[in-house]
Amino acid sequence: MTVHPASRESLLEEALGHGGPIIVFDGVSLAFDEKVILREVSFTLKTGHTKIFLGASGAGKSTILRLILGLLKPDGGRIFVNGEQVDRMSEQQLMAVRADLGMVFQEGALFDSLSVRDNVGYKLFEEGWPAAEANGRVQEVLGFIGLAEFIDRGPAELSGGQRRRVAIARAMAAKPKILLYDEPTTGLDPITSITVDEEIIKLRDLEGVSSILVTHQLRDAFYVAEHTAVRRGDRIEFEKASPDKCEEAEFIMLRDGRIAFEGNAGELRAAARTDPYIEAFLS
Amino acid sequence: MAGAVERIKSGLLEVQEYVRMLGFVGRSFVSRPFYYRDTVQQFEYIGIGSMTVVLLTGLFTGMVLALQSGLTLDQFGARSMVGRLVSASMVKELGPVLTGLMVAGRVGSGIAAELGSMMVTDQIAALRALGTDPIRKLVVPRIVAGLLMVPVLTVVATAVGMVGGWIVTVGILRVASTVYWNSVVQGLYIQDVWMALIKPFFLGFAIVSIGCHVGLRTRGGTQGVGRATTNAVVASSVAVIAVNYFVTQLLIVLLY
Repeated sequence: MTVHPASRESLLEEALGHGGPIIVFDGVSLAFDEKVILREVSFTLKTGHTKIFLGASGAGKSTILRLILGLLKPDGGRIFVNGEQVDRMSEQQLMAVRADLGMVFQEGALFDSLSVRDNVGYKLFEEGWPAAEANGRVQEVLGFIGLAEFIDRGPAELSGGQRRRVAIARAMAAKPKILLYDEPTTGLDPITSITVDEEIIKLRDLEGVSSILVTHQLRDAFYVAEHTAVRRGDRIEFEKASPDKCEEAEFIMLRDGRIAFEGNAGELRAAARTDPYIEAFLS
Repeated sequence: MAGAVERIKSGLLEVQEYVRMLGFVGRSFVSRPFYYRDTVQQFEYIGIGSMTVVLLTGLFTGMVLALQSGLTLDQFGARSMVGRLVSASMVKELGPVLTGLMVAGRVGSGIAAELGSMMVTDQIAALRALGTDPIRKLVVPRIVAGLLMVPVLTVVATAVGMVGGWIVTVGILRVASTVYWNSVVQGLYIQDVWMALIKPFFLGFAIVSIGCHVGLRTRGGTQGVGRATTNAVVASSVAVIAVNYFVTQLLIVLLY
């Protein structure tokens, strides 16, 4: 299923409530020198939903996240985040947009010189939250990801999986509406990967965070798309998502800078039967 | 030919990015937020941290100056004038330049390596994603510390150099202590002192800004960090020598 660029302006006029468009790419293109990274890519992420980007290395998946944050500027097309066009904003204007965004970088990108507490609470301390309130929030998010006892350690003392989870905690500490994950499970063993996947599911289903997940770990992509988190008393349980819930997670496959597929998990499996590239990717 | 054109283009691009960074730095000086804690940390790293190397450099330079000038002045029977030569050389040139070169080696490389590592591990991108301007957070505190601490280090190096000259003059050349210090004072003019105090501001600014620029332009993993460190030391050392010449020429016109 190839998606052609289309004007999304009508979508932007909709309310930005649940199911409204929170991130819109409209014909976005980008090239580095001669190398074309993205060719007229268009998609819409709805509030509370998940987009999962698949594709070979160098297909432009991580670039999309950097464009959303304004760390890169597109050569053409428009990008809207939370109803604001970010592709022409100055660094100063982008700071306000970034307040609603959290990003989990590949390998975590934790600040080496700061403790876990200062990493997780970085944005809160920078924004001048009262110390008690900021520390309370840091403890809350570290408890949420199950790493409360690591609060005073340095990033160098954490395992790969713990670093990713602390990176998730840092990204969610200031309660952003949108979380962007750049290959959060790459290089992790399957058991640790599942714990990271479950954090992503918890944030989406229990905190109502919209998310974009870039990965080439299919197992994790399908796990996030087809599971849901449910709070039962003090416990959080993960179970198979209902067909309606599965609809809220959409896959996008990038190939040579274009969207080669866009649809839910079932449609992706069906497309693999007819498209040799997708079949090769999924096998 | 095509390679030469590419080199010129990439050189011009570096200059353009350096000037752009300085523009952002200038803007950050006149608007909030200002990171006081980070600035104090940099005062400690650049100022206190460089003290030992600057003390040793100043001391041995002053000592060797006294030895060499004593040898030459002996030919004219003017050994008592050693103090003049030591003070004039240390204050006008050797103090600022050698301090600049030492700081370039220690601080310029350190800044490029630190910021370069942060670049290749996405920590700078993470800072931006968390709403922090890396120029304000990382570059401005370092430049402020470089601007203020290199002059202090220069004064220390110069003073210690004179003490080193005194040790050799009294201990080896057998010149009386009062004769040496009188000669030191006679060799100094107020313009020389002004020059010694003004030049290090420019040198400190050049060293730190080049280190920051090279660090923030780092690409290509750990290999890139190694390359950035080498480039920062080479570029800031050459800048120290070149800036020293141009500022000296300007100050001669203005002061003398």
